[in-house]
Amino acid sequence: MNYSNWKIGLFIPCYVDQFYPQVGIATLELLEKLGCNVTFPLNQTCCGQPMANSGFEHLSRPCDNLFFDLFADCDYVVSPSGSCVLHIKEHLKADGHADESKVLRKKVYELVEFITDVLKIETIEAEFPHRVGLHQGCHGQRGLYLSQMSELNAEPFSKPVSLLKKVKGIELIDLDRTDECCGFGGTFCVSEEAVSVKMGKDRVSDHIRHNAEYITGSDMSCLMHLGGILKRGHSNVQVKHIAEILNSQIAGPKH
Amino acid sequence: MSKALMEHAEASEVFNRDEPYVNWHDETLWFVRQKRDKSSKQLPEWEQLRETASSIKHYVLSHMDELLISFEQKARENGVHVHWAADAAEHNEIVLGLLKQHKIDKMVKSKSMLTEECHMNDFLSKNGIEVIDTDLGERIVQLRNEPPSHIVLPAIHLKKKDIGDLFHEHLGTEAGATDPQYLTEAARQHLRDKFLTRRAALTGVNFAIAETGGFVVSTNEGNADMGAHLADIHIACMGFEKIIPKQEHLGVFLRLLARSATGQPITTYSSHFKKPREGQEMHIVIVDNGRSTQLGRADFRSSLKCIRCGACMNTCPVYRRSGGHSYHNAVAGPIGSILAPNLDMTKNADLPFASTLCGSCSNVCPVKIDIHDQLYKWRQVLAKEGYVPKSKEIGIRAMSTVLSQPRFYQWSGRLGRTVMRAMPFMVNNGMNPWYKQRDMPEPPKESFRDWYVRNRKE
Repeated sequence: MNYSNWKIGLFIPCYVDQFYPQVGIATLELLEKLGCNVTFPLNQTCCGQPMANSGFEHLSRPCDNLFFDLFADCDYVVSPSGSCVLHIKEHLKADGHADESKVLRKKVYELVEFITDVLKIETIEAEFPHRVGLHQGCHGQRGLYLSQMSELNAEPFSKPVSLLKKVKGIELIDLDRTDECCGFGGTFCVSEEAVSVKMGKDRVSDHIRHNAEYITGSDMSCLMHLGGILKRGHSNVQVKHIAEILNSQIAGPKH
Repeated sequence: MSKALMEHAEASEVFNRDEPYVNWHDETLWFVRQKRDKSSKQLPEWEQLRETASSIKHYVLSHMDELLISFEQKARENGVHVHWAADAAEHNEIVLGLLKQHKIDKMVKSKSMLTEECHMNDFLSKNGIEVIDTDLGERIVQLRNEPPSHIVLPAIHLKKKDIGDLFHEHLGTEAGATDPQYLTEAARQHLRDKFLTRRAALTGVNFAIAETGGFVVSTNEGNADMGAHLADIHIACMGFEKIIPKQEHLGVFLRLLARSATGQPITTYSSHFKKPREGQEMHIVIVDNGRSTQLGRADFRSSLKCIRCGACMNTCPVYRRSGGHSYHNAVAGPIGSILAPNLDMTKNADLPFASTLCGSCSNVCPVKIDIHDQLYKWRQVLAKEGYVPKSKEIGIRAMSTVLSQPRFYQWSGRLGRTVMRAMPFMVNNGMNPWYKQRDMPEPPKESFRDWYVRNRKE
């Protein structure tokens, strides 16, 4: 399929922009590799979730207005964060544009669901010869249905696993708890520091118990939290956003 | 009203000082969650059952007045006395009045979260009435002089050794005994005597049936029956949301309740009460205590669908790692956190924030309450009405100011990263709660935007 005439807006969440530029780069390069014409509006900041989840939804309105101004004319908006995307899908409301905001909400996609449901690609040219555990971000999973939820009596599926399985050399590990929350939770990570850290430690242990070399996921916020715990524990296990794995290069022939 | 003695975050910090204990608590409740998963997945119609239960309760919430009046009328026709209590104080007075009227100063009680909510035991004890809890877990926490930590498993926070020590002190069992069989037998003998000698029994109500005036009490120990069948007077207390329209609806709720709670197909006893036996008096106390206020809150009314199975607690990753007492409310966990602010916003303003909004609670709920969405909505209400600490509000306002202005945001980001690289101690210190047990991310030289401008705009 030819996607080049679509206008695809890239939304890079604030903390990814500031701390994980490599995730933004991987997302951009991956989308371009898959044939998309991507624009990155330079004046973007944040989805507004930090304010809203703390109870101050009304203080996220300027972010809504900004997002609307920058992305309303796109055919699709793609972002490498299930949590930010879910927030926009559920809450975006720009001043004076109530109806158009609802239209824009529907055009916003998390990266994995965009590749799976819109681009519907069959193959991915990538190689990542490592043992990898998938940490499912709750908002991506339970909010955007990126994969089936363990609580429900329903057919299992997983969009991120389907994509990762297309990567050459990757070995996906099983976890004891497939979709337990990591404990990041936005401002929860500092306001409820003790529980947040304990949840993160338990999540990390599950991956280490199953000999993961990398923890991946479609939400860098979870991975930032888990990465901070791993580093404090001097672990060799690393975190890597799913975009980085899907964008990894195929190694050339060995000499 | 005043604030809680210890807010959730602080109580959780104390709870987490003993990590092996937290691991045990988490595993214990996770085991219950797994039993629930296994049992619910054996029913192909499980999701349909949840939807049906939710719809029946939806009907109940929109026909509350009619159903309650019908229930009252039928119950009276059956020879049952019906009392209405506007709040906890009135409920407690009604129970005390009945006991005084019969010159009774000792009563057995099976599990009733409503009486916990009304702090009835305290009130009765101050008025010279001795109440013996007959549910084993409830009796254990009563002997320890503490509230239940879970609505279905009141003593789930205690280990066998704790029970052994407690029974040694109060029931005279051998010191150091931890054998469950032995300890349970001791409790059984201790309670048997109470059942035989008490003239009044109080029970909760799981389901009150509008079309028959009857009600159902679900227990695993048969203690509600033991109490009610031996006593001269049976008092059943219920929050008004316990009403269901028809007898046949029990076929939906009883299948969901125990599977959601513990993974059992049904509770060991589902006792149907309808009329007093000859010579016995039967009373039902129907309590509001804030429920009609909650019914009037469009965003939160569906919290009244709750059938008190406790599944949301067992699945909650925060509850499992903070314990029921950290919620300082009769009903703990996610459901407690959306019920409690309705009762007292000052005291319970911390509870809707004791969640990552992961959404697992809503998925296990047998009546499909959108618990995590209501937690989010309570946060908005609490912030708007001024119940969020000023210091937090100032921080959020500052964040909003930065994120509302692209140039300010870009400048702050650059400045922040530069400071972090040049003077890491500015963030890597005890003032930063993130840093206490986690490293900060490495601040890169350039942001994604900087990279994009350098590589794609030139």
